[in-house]
Amino acid sequence: MRDFVSSRARDIPPSGIRKFFDLLLSMEDVITLGVGEPDFNTPWTVSEAGIYAIEQGHTSYTSNKGLLLLRQLISRDIGKRFGVDYDPEGEILVTSGVSEGLDIALRAIIDPGDEVLVAQPCYVAYAPCATLAGGVSVPVPCDERHHFRLQPDILMERITNKSKALVMNFPNNPTGAVMQKSHLKEIGDIVIDHDLLLISDEVYSALTYEGSHTAIASLEGLRERTITLNGFSKAYSMTGWRVGYLCAPPSLCEAALKIHQYVMLCAPIMAQMAAIEALRNGEEDKNRMVREYLLRRNLFVEGLNRIGLPCHTPEGAFYAFPSVEKTGLDDITFAERLLAEQHVAVVPGSVFGGAGAGYLRCAYAVSREHLIEALKRMEAFIHGL
Amino acid sequence: MDEKDRILLQVLEENARIPLHEIAAMAQLSESEVEERIRELEKKKIIRKFTTVIDWERAGDGEVSAIIDLKVTPERDYGYDRIAERIARFRQVKSLRLMSGVYDLQLHVSAKNMHEIARFVSEQIAPIDHIRETATHIIMKTYKENGNLFYEREEGERLPLTF
Repeated sequence: MRDFVSSRARDIPPSGIRKFFDLLLSMEDVITLGVGEPDFNTPWTVSEAGIYAIEQGHTSYTSNKGLLLLRQLISRDIGKRFGVDYDPEGEILVTSGVSEGLDIALRAIIDPGDEVLVAQPCYVAYAPCATLAGGVSVPVPCDERHHFRLQPDILMERITNKSKALVMNFPNNPTGAVMQKSHLKEIGDIVIDHDLLLISDEVYSALTYEGSHTAIASLEGLRERTITLNGFSKAYSMTGWRVGYLCAPPSLCEAALKIHQYVMLCAPIMAQMAAIEALRNGEEDKNRMVREYLLRRNLFVEGLNRIGLPCHTPEGAFYAFPSVEKTGLDDITFAERLLAEQHVAVVPGSVFGGAGAGYLRCAYAVSREHLIEALKRMEAFIHGL
Repeated sequence: MDEKDRILLQVLEENARIPLHEIAAMAQLSESEVEERIRELEKKKIIRKFTTVIDWERAGDGEVSAIIDLKVTPERDYGYDRIAERIARFRQVKSLRLMSGVYDLQLHVSAKNMHEIARFVSEQIAPIDHIRETATHIIMKTYKENGNLFYEREEGERLPLTF
């Protein structure tokens, strides 16, 4: 029999660290800081709206673009929060989470051999999705000296005549880095100068702790060359509902819609109805959760620095990204031994690209009690080295 | 009251026994600043008391609790205050509020048993001047108290590692 797996699928590296994951599953009494999703339940008012939708028999397909009311509310929400206008009729597409949005955005713009610049460290899906779309991903490292922000000069070095798009994600998973308006403007100028398209994953935008989030599409000259991805997962603790959205100028939105209608058809209707409730009545719950993340961040980052794992202050998302350099271990060894010896799970930074080597991603989306216990165990581990 | 005070109040309301250094880290203050602020909040009577939420039913020697609604004729010059302050002094009254709606005062009363509650209402409360009507509702089960759920709930399970 032939090997039926395509070379493209075969060549994609598996996500993360299988061995580590298997060990983790076999252990008890583990405190895991490895989870990239909120620990809060979906606000009850939102869940209740989803349940009601099912009870009322709203179990069908929706329009490919998503429910019009949801698109209208999304348009109003991003208009109010970021000062950027998108037409609910032709510029907003409801997706099955940002994951799908990323996939169809890349497929909508990539021709074979196009280079996709990816700001790293980053979420594990960007490079594989670019590859699957037929493109070539080109990492652009962001380092701690610059608070893990994308640097204009480093970006410039990686641009070639094959460069088509830049993918970036701020507030960032895994570093918690945030790009302020002035930083974004410098990047935006380069994007315009080199006639690039920008794919901006802003799913952590609600989790911005110092000042407010700037949507890069709100900067002059960028709206027409930006696909913004966002969603409900992180802001409203709705990861399992699979609902997000893509905003782009009409021609790009239309191209993404064509792919979306063939591969996804539509996001689940009950999740869309829950998302409507989130936008209507979820603000208070969202603010409460963001405030709790802020307290946890302060508690945890102070603790990391105290126990000898220097950590820059993450201004967004719910990740701390401390350096293990001073311990003399590399990030993978550190994470494996920390798990084996002290039963604390963190993710080695190198999982998120070479630029993450030497760091750990610690998600502080766990209770304060767990954070304090994790710090104790990490301190004991470091002392034992 | 500023943002830091609000953080202090929030974390203390959740857990009055939280270590000082944890509050300090969360509010990004020094420990002595936290102490100073807590003293100040106590002085202003914003912090009324540090207490404990207890599930007495579970403790086994549960008391009987009741909500008692009262219709009260307000007094000239005093409104409801004088009568409310009088009722509030009974040991059995855990909380007392002036309400909008059909009834005026609402009492949360605890006692050893149903009999004691009945006696308290009929002998102590009902005969007070200006009280026109009482309605007693026995609390049968508490599901949530002060923001704390009193029943076990299975948590949804998250994968231990996701990217």
